[in-house]
Amino acid sequence: MGSDARVAKSAQPFLRVRSLTKRYVRGGVLQKRIHVDAVRGIDLEIPACKTLALVGSSGSGKSTVARCVTRLERPDAGEIWVGGTDIAGLANRALLTFRAAIQMICQDAVTSMNPRFSAAETVEEPLLIQRRGAAKQCRQSALEIMSEVGVSADWANRSVMEFSGGQRQRLAIARALVLQPKLLVLDEALSGLDLSTEAEIINLLLDVQAAHSLTYLFISHDLPLMARLADTIAVMCNGTIVEQGPKSQLLSNPSHPETKSLLLPAKIFQKKYAEMLGVSG
Amino acid sequence: MAGDLSEELLRVVNLTITYSPPASAPVRALRDASLKINESEVIGILGESGCGKSTLASAILRLLPSYAHNDTGSIVFRGSDLLTMTEADLRKVRGRAISLISQDPALCLNPVMKVGDQIAEVLRAHLAIGKGERRRRVEELLQAVGFEQPRQIYSAYPHQLSGGQRQRVVIAQAIACDPALVIADEPTSKLDAALQAEILSLLSEIRKRRGTAFLVITHDPTIFPGFADRIAVMYAGGIVEAGTTEDIFRKPLHPYTQALVRLSERYLTNSGETKMRFPMIDGEPSDSTRVNPGCRFEPRCVDRMHVCIDSDPQEVTHNPSHRVSCFKYGK
Repeated sequence: MGSDARVAKSAQPFLRVRSLTKRYVRGGVLQKRIHVDAVRGIDLEIPACKTLALVGSSGSGKSTVARCVTRLERPDAGEIWVGGTDIAGLANRALLTFRAAIQMICQDAVTSMNPRFSAAETVEEPLLIQRRGAAKQCRQSALEIMSEVGVSADWANRSVMEFSGGQRQRLAIARALVLQPKLLVLDEALSGLDLSTEAEIINLLLDVQAAHSLTYLFISHDLPLMARLADTIAVMCNGTIVEQGPKSQLLSNPSHPETKSLLLPAKIFQKKYAEMLGVSG
Repeated sequence: MAGDLSEELLRVVNLTITYSPPASAPVRALRDASLKINESEVIGILGESGCGKSTLASAILRLLPSYAHNDTGSIVFRGSDLLTMTEADLRKVRGRAISLISQDPALCLNPVMKVGDQIAEVLRAHLAIGKGERRRRVEELLQAVGFEQPRQIYSAYPHQLSGGQRQRVVIAQAIACDPALVIADEPTSKLDAALQAEILSLLSEIRKRRGTAFLVITHDPTIFPGFADRIAVMYAGGIVEAGTTEDIFRKPLHPYTQALVRLSERYLTNSGETKMRFPMIDGEPSDSTRVNPGCRFEPRCVDRMHVCIDSDPQEVTHNPSHRVSCFKYGK
């Protein structure tokens, strides 16, 4: 653990984010450099084994939060407490332990994988990077986790490019699980999937959450879907959280216009569907 | 619904398309697909990835790659077969009478050209009007798709616009020459929830005002109630069921359609229930290189029968507007 890591005094929620701020610099050689606050003052908490959904429109800053929580970005201010340690300021080497505990699954499984790798190579790579045993042992662990997520060992040597969208997303889940993480950050992991594939992946995520006692941070713009999956929902708009609470409260009484607009397509579908059935029924 | 629904605009008859890429097994992308679109009508094509819905859209405009072969069938647009038309005649149809809104507006706009000029390009290709008139019409179009300051938008480059604004520009481009039919391939799949609702209401508005027919391709059935008049459900290159939107949602006949409707009802269920498993369709999508007969949905079907394994189901007319290809309802 790094020297700058701070240790919490008592047991806390598995993930606790306090006053998180991340600035990006826009402009450059020919343009004036300006600082843009991508996110500011973000406060979040997720108890262990629970699910929090961070929802918002494109550009609201939700992916920046995901990148800070996974420490792919270093926040400019704020704290990120993971199981009692503030990882916001940790240096790369000290972060290594936490990298295994926090894994991320991206929207587009295909661009997050090396097209030259086979399925087994893709899944075992994190184990090799983290030096979790001999090559043979790593391969065996990869095959076990692949079979758990429903990818047959017969497919282990096939290129990732030969897999369908749903199967690739299963591989991405296997790759994330192989290091036995505690927290999965799912950045639009369900976007762009067919409804049947989406249902398959959701059921798989629910199963592995129960089996591995995982904590989930979902990033999505699909609030009605998140309402089916999350315990708590936080709505982001222009880099800040504008509404946050237990999902039942947030859905029954949305107060911020952004929350209302994210619920709009579901409301329209419900209304039109009822009208359609009502007219003829 | 707006417009005259009785007059036939486009008819696809028994269209079969095979992709034969070099060094790969041939893929039957479309199998005997038949579809009719009337003037001013909104038709939805519903199906999962790889079912052939985008092939159908590209086939209508003859934009398929060179290794695609059209084995049988015809596509008749206002009395002329698009498949036998000369390339010169076809150029008068593309963008003028039939236009396309593609899935990703970021990819189909030229990044180094002002968006107004890109819309004007369509007008220049098809209409003999001067530069000033073209500019005026582009500004009108930008206004028609919801931009309050069309002059500023005219001079913007695609990267300066948001995803929703870019989709509006692509829609303006598609309706520039007042086409009779607009094919929209997943027009909302890359957009946020709020923008999806906005774009669908814009398309409905255009149809109402201009009487444009739309062929909307999607994997998301929830966009159709209140928007599409009829829906054709595709599976593994074939149209397995077609009917009015009401038929499809109230009385889905094909087991695949029934499963899709069940999946779309996730928007209706009470949000009080957390972490309930979702209903799903077991199994993998059909292998499109398969050539032997048999219902393509049989391996995943909950109602499969022995006959489904090695015979192709024929289309059965359930009522004049509702047809289905499934052995449950006849041969």
